[in-house]
Amino acid sequence: MSTVKLTVNGKAVAVDVEDRTLLVQLLRDHLNLTGTHVGCDTSQCGACVVHMDGRAVKSCTMLAGQADGANVTTIEGIAKGDELHPMQAAFRDNHGLQCGYCTPGMIMSAIDIVHRHGGQLDEPTVRHELEGNICRCTGYHNIVKAVLDAAGRMKVSQAAE
Amino acid sequence: MYQTTYHRASSVDEAVSLFGKSSEAKFLAGGQTLLPVMKQRLASPSDVIDLGKIKELQGVELSADTLTIKAATTYYDIMTNADVKKAIPAIAHLTSVLGDPAVRYRGTIGGSIANNDPAADFPAALLALGATVKTNKRLISADDFFKGLFTTALEDGEIITAVAFPVPAKAGYEKMRHPASRFALTGVFVAQTKSGEVRVAATGASQNGVMRVPAIEAALKANWSPSAIDSVNIPANGLLADIHGTAEYRANLVKVMAQRAVAAAG
Repeated sequence: MSTVKLTVNGKAVAVDVEDRTLLVQLLRDHLNLTGTHVGCDTSQCGACVVHMDGRAVKSCTMLAGQADGANVTTIEGIAKGDELHPMQAAFRDNHGLQCGYCTPGMIMSAIDIVHRHGGQLDEPTVRHELEGNICRCTGYHNIVKAVLDAAGRMKVSQAAE
Repeated sequence: MYQTTYHRASSVDEAVSLFGKSSEAKFLAGGQTLLPVMKQRLASPSDVIDLGKIKELQGVELSADTLTIKAATTYYDIMTNADVKKAIPAIAHLTSVLGDPAVRYRGTIGGSIANNDPAADFPAALLALGATVKTNKRLISADDFFKGLFTTALEDGEIITAVAFPVPAKAGYEKMRHPASRFALTGVFVAQTKSGEVRVAATGASQNGVMRVPAIEAALKANWSPSAIDSVNIPANGLLADIHGTAEYRANLVKVMAQRAVAAAG
């Protein structure tokens, strides 16, 4: 057992876990943050993507201990109270989900894509960059539309801040 | 995965000492291969020694003739590094088609070559560019480093600290990506050194892991152009065959990817 100390969604936490515990297990089983999903458990599907120190990573492919001292943001930490994050709002407005299982990972990856590319996003780039996130319902079309829509909204909200 | 004990090393020396005190330890860099393998219970190290936070293993240095990438530098940091893009843009391109964005944030060059997966990308770059692997004990040329499937010249407890690439006159890398795993179905790295030597390495093709391709090297030495490879014959003997492609298919891919890599190199 080890104590892992990290910041999750702005809150400092200290969790006693077995050394083999994965970051996603720490989030879901110890902190009850079940918005982060486990899909394939083989690093391919991206349902478990969270942000660690500002980078979108697959939390099923990290030991909890590797996140010691890190700043982690999950899907539960991106809205401002009742106001959805622009990426969440764009997914809702563009029908970017059906069953919703992949959605938390999609949104966390998509925010990272917008941060990296800023205003330079086009459809082929979004499709290429989303290759680490698998959706079995939508055919991706509305997901891509949502990401492009959100990229515009995030630019506007950044400019307003 | 089975029980293990996690250690975080803050220096190479500390990592070596932790390794010596463990019964069956493994070094952990980005964990993008080791952790999946542990989850499948194909590996069950007693101890995992994390190298990911060791400062001396991070970063890129460029001198007139040599690009040095420290071992725990992630693919993302390599891909976006200005010195890498300037000195050997083919390496920046290679990292941009490796895995997916989340994997590129975690995976490292040292982890890739220490694992020596027969379809990994970086072994081809090291072999074609004639790189030198630096460890905590010695220097190993890429020609001597890769020893077959998942096998390298590394000894127990030896840690890769950096890879030094001679800056080439020209270089290119192209691969046929497996659409699910993003590994190379076959990838070819071509390089022309500043002294005019031509070196070509293929990954994902041979049953023995990364390999030089002398027939293509000879053709490109005579004429550095994609069409020079048209008449080269790559025997299918000894190449990988699986549900994704026959040995003959991969033999053809070696030629086609080499031609595209030469075109990309200019």
